[in-house]
Amino acid sequence: MRAAPILPLQLKEVVFSAGEQRIIDRVTLDIAAGPSTIILGANGAGKSVLMRLMHGLLEPTSGSLAWSERDLQRVRRRQAMVFQRPIMLRRSALANVLFALELAGVAPDKREAEAFAALDEVGLRPLAQRPARVLSGGEQQRLALARAWALHPEVLFLDEPTASLDPGATREIETVIKAFDAAGTKIVMATHNLGQARRLGDEVVYLQAGRVVERSPADRFFTKPATAEAAAFIKGEVPWVGF
Amino acid sequence: MGRVLTLVLLLACAPVYGQQRFITVASTTSTEQSGLFKHLLPIFEKQTGIQVRVVAVGTGQALDMGKRGDADVAFVHDKAAEEKLLAEGWYVSRHDVMYNDFVLVGPKSDPAGARGADTAIALKRIAEKKTPFASRGDKSGTHAAELRLWQIAGVDPAQGKGKWYRETGSGMGPTLNTASAMNAYALTDRGTWLSFRNRGELTVLVEGDKRLFNQYGVMLVNPARHPHVKQAEGMAFIDWLISAEGQKAIADYKINGEQLFFPDAAK
Amino acid sequence: MLAAITEGLSRVFQLDAELWRIVLLSLEVSLSAVLLATLLGLPLGALVAVKRFPGRKAVIVVLNALMGLPPVVVGLLVYLMLSRAGPLGSLGLLFTPGAMVLAQTVLILPIIAALARQALEDAWREYEEQLRSLGAEGMKAALTLVWDIRFSLVTTVLAGLGRASAEVGAVMIVGGNIDGVTRVMTTAIALETSKGDLPLALGLGFVLIAIVLALNTAAQLVKDAAQRRFG
Repeated sequence: MRAAPILPLQLKEVVFSAGEQRIIDRVTLDIAAGPSTIILGANGAGKSVLMRLMHGLLEPTSGSLAWSERDLQRVRRRQAMVFQRPIMLRRSALANVLFALELAGVAPDKREAEAFAALDEVGLRPLAQRPARVLSGGEQQRLALARAWALHPEVLFLDEPTASLDPGATREIETVIKAFDAAGTKIVMATHNLGQARRLGDEVVYLQAGRVVERSPADRFFTKPATAEAAAFIKGEVPWVGF
Repeated sequence: MGRVLTLVLLLACAPVYGQQRFITVASTTSTEQSGLFKHLLPIFEKQTGIQVRVVAVGTGQALDMGKRGDADVAFVHDKAAEEKLLAEGWYVSRHDVMYNDFVLVGPKSDPAGARGADTAIALKRIAEKKTPFASRGDKSGTHAAELRLWQIAGVDPAQGKGKWYRETGSGMGPTLNTASAMNAYALTDRGTWLSFRNRGELTVLVEGDKRLFNQYGVMLVNPARHPHVKQAEGMAFIDWLISAEGQKAIADYKINGEQLFFPDAAK
Repeated sequence: MLAAITEGLSRVFQLDAELWRIVLLSLEVSLSAVLLATLLGLPLGALVAVKRFPGRKAVIVVLNALMGLPPVVVGLLVYLMLSRAGPLGSLGLLFTPGAMVLAQTVLILPIIAALARQALEDAWREYEEQLRSLGAEGMKAALTLVWDIRFSLVTTVLAGLGRASAEVGAVMIVGGNIDGVTRVMTTAIALETSKGDLPLALGLGFVLIAIVLALNTAAQLVKDAAQRRFG
């Protein structure tokens, strides 16, 4: 039975304050299926908080977030999130994926097959029985992606997934993310790494001081940014760019 | 969860439940520490198959245990208190069982000159010389006896409270420990004294005085007040204690060849 | 003092059957109490660690304070409950090992709950986002957390065991120190001390310490082996 999609996600005038400080300042945004969306911005711009608001880990101080689907439990099950630092249980790699499948309500006799398929997708099958916590940073992050893959989510949120990894591991992660994209999963990824944004993104949402300053297709954003702030940011990261 | 709890609790009690018949006897620390029960109870148990579980506390607490119904039988040494509770209907079937005596112990050097045959004179001299005296001060049978002796001697020991009259508020053993450490005088039952191992400088200075007589009695908790009391087994124990056999067993108990308790159940 | 210790130890080992009975009963009572208190206290500590509810801070303060419950007071309260004159008198539990288990469980439940709460709250800070993202909430998240940090919780359980095997006030009052029935190591030591038999009391004391040391060593070895296996 083809289930109804949970996208699009509509944010209307979303504000998030911690005490006196406004971290997200009246963001209105539509996240639709299809192109992979990069949330770009400097450190402190509010990317992580925005991601958590969208995923449902935080409640907005004011404003609304509405999915296309009313049933919030279904909404939770149709999305997954990968954090900058993967948190694994003190179990084997396989057991960690099985845990996610159990929580998602997948039937017990189907779990193992799905788990192995997910591990295959990220190339971790040989390490299936290894305790997850002794894997390297890159391997744990791949495991986190496998865990998300097993759920076949409609939306995959990623919060700076390669910020703590070396270039080699970063490449491996990006390969998996591209695979998700190719399989039809909506990618929403926060990063401050321009190269990564260019490699993986179809559109860019540029965030500064909690406000959406610019939103454009990726190739236009990087060659001809519409706003001065975006231009300054790009120039700041890559001073040799000429515009 | 509740079922698991009950199960674990029952399992923990398992070594107790499903065993032989038993009665709970409230007695005093001095009686238990004399070792009398270790000698006496196996004989009774072998004969009747009834296990006797002795909870040894102070006399006041023991009598109170019976009032609350937490014991079946009381075996203590405070005739006045026993008869009062008997009259009030808390207990029934009281019988004299045995007596032992108190002795006055003190340092070998005897600074107060208490040695002799007369307790009253000894106590008067201790009060005059203000030499340290360790009292139990815990409302036990021994404590009650001690206070009666001070009265007979015409001395109010409260005058010396905190100075030479030291109230330990504890059992006979700990009080003797204190007396030994302080080289003080003390009143103790012979039973505890004979098994006491930490004597230090202490020795018996006064004994044999009729006023040092310590009567033991046994009685059943009134089943009318507490229907769960094990009347049959409790009476079996009482009857045995006052029978020729029980009385002989009591007389046979000796430490270092010395008899501690003298059976005196009415014939 | 060395002479007293050596004399004590030699006399302790002369006790044979009686000593074994006392040691086994001590272990039975304390381990049962620890088991019960853990079954009740871990979920309690987990719930308080993970769930936000009104009055939560007050509950934490009370739990921490109850860690300092004087054993003799617990003994007195349980005695009054189990006495024939009390509400649970008809159970006939007074002066049995069951009463001792009950009293010790009451005594160490706050210790296990409070210490577990602290460990779990620290761990929750690390795990919270990921667990909630995966859809684990409330009790499910709490129990997953407990299982995941089970090795750190071993120390909590050992703290409870230590308290239980060391205390004498509660078991003396509710057990009655009945020879052959409710006499455990601590009450036996108290008895021999009050009889003035200090060498024997010392000997028993050393046996008790040795047993507790052995239990702790075993726990540490298990913990190390398991940590190597699971990371």
